[in-house]
Amino acid sequence: MEFIYEFSKILLATGRDVLPIIILIVGFQLLVLRQPIPHLRRLIVGGVYVVIGLALFLAGLEKALFPLGNIMATQLSDPAFIYGPGEIVSQVDWKAYGWVYLFAAMIGFATTIAEPSLIAVAFKADEVSAGTIKQWGLRITVAVGVAFGISLGTFRIVTGTPLYIYILAGYMIVIVQTIFAPKNIIALAYDSGGVTTSTVTVPLVAALGLGLSSTVPGRNPALDGFGLIAFASLFPIIAVMGYAQIMQWSTQRKIKYMEKKNAI
Amino acid sequence: MITKLILLKIKSAFTDLLPIILVIAFFQIVVLKQPLPQMGEVLFGVFLVVLGLTLFVQGLEMGLFPIGESMAHALAKKGSLFWLLCFAFALGFSTTVAEPALIAVAWKASEIAGQGGLIDPSLESLQQYAFGLRISVAFSVGLAILIGVMRILRGWPIHYLMISGYVIVMLMTIIAPKEIIGIAYDAGGVTTSTITVPLVAALGVGLASSIKGRSPLVDGFGLIAFASLLPMIFVMGYGLIIF
Repeated sequence: MEFIYEFSKILLATGRDVLPIIILIVGFQLLVLRQPIPHLRRLIVGGVYVVIGLALFLAGLEKALFPLGNIMATQLSDPAFIYGPGEIVSQVDWKAYGWVYLFAAMIGFATTIAEPSLIAVAFKADEVSAGTIKQWGLRITVAVGVAFGISLGTFRIVTGTPLYIYILAGYMIVIVQTIFAPKNIIALAYDSGGVTTSTVTVPLVAALGLGLSSTVPGRNPALDGFGLIAFASLFPIIAVMGYAQIMQWSTQRKIKYMEKKNAI
Repeated sequence: MITKLILLKIKSAFTDLLPIILVIAFFQIVVLKQPLPQMGEVLFGVFLVVLGLTLFVQGLEMGLFPIGESMAHALAKKGSLFWLLCFAFALGFSTTVAEPALIAVAWKASEIAGQGGLIDPSLESLQQYAFGLRISVAFSVGLAILIGVMRILRGWPIHYLMISGYVIVMLMTIIAPKEIIGIAYDAGGVTTSTITVPLVAALGVGLASSIKGRSPLVDGFGLIAFASLLPMIFVMGYGLIIF
């Protein structure tokens, strides 16, 4: 019974998210375009699927994965687990947090694979590129980027170095990569930075950041707890462009090799 | 035949979720050496997530993608720049202003600003600050989609716009108050909700494919990128003006 109550609350919230979109589309169709919407029934059924699906998805996450993820983030960053029970810690040793970095990387990878927004964009990219950009190829590349980003982000919290240095360095890399990367991947690469951080990743990653910054000695959750999301949206851009560059480079090498062979 | 198709969809949703299950199981059992608490609850939750993801992906293909693309085609055919830009701005603004994640972040930001003594810490002024922040982020997302649509129409290369955006972010980071920087960076990530992203992607691709000389891959993507860059600039700008 309690579950049904909770589920209908989430369903209502999702419905409220969709409401402005429905008003906008119906308003434009009736007032500006003045023509009937093609395949109206199919669209309505699809829309209902999206809302119910998203609500079920969120309800399930809240029931199962978020509580578990939160508990684990706190347990793993607990000084008693990291330094052994009874140790009194005055100096932070960044090398002691190995499991935290690994957990951050793996949870970043795993949540990105399940991120519905990324699934949507990867689906479109596959369709538009006629299969040269594979759905799973893009999703795994982005997930690797997020994994690296969040892992580095937890390292930043542990060491207490300022956020903007990392972000500015990341932007520098992105700018340099943009000059050399194949032109047709750039827009997609920039987009994949924005889609990684939504429904699944943000709550888990925020819990990790806040848990870590409140247990590491000398960190302030208000100042150090933020910023993991920024890492998670910067590094996928680097990963996607990097992957495209490597692919381009290896194809060119192959072509050169073949030309040489043919010349002989 | 239909059952086979449904099973296939459920299987692919389960594959999407498998990494999370493996990571959590590995850390619980191998590293933390503790049994999974509330096994039944967790399994039920996983079942819901798989079912939900299956329905969501099905609904994307049937509803969100087609409506986004057909709106883009219809607006491009109508040929009125004014209405197209209106639609772009309204789409960005209306989906962001009521976004729960944004409301949460804006409130958090106002609390931090209040504690830091940057604004008057009374409830009324905190609410006013949070509301102002929400409006400025929503406005910036609307403007971002509008600029993105202009870019598709005119065929401007995306990297000039993005790199100048990054340079502005860097410059503003130097002069903006420290308390707002973390929030501003995160605001870029939280503005694009799961329902907005597919719609915006379909809009961009649909628009680029209905205009001669534009490639859907090169020109169609990039709207989401603007929608996560511009809020950073606006939030830092808001911080600069208020303080």
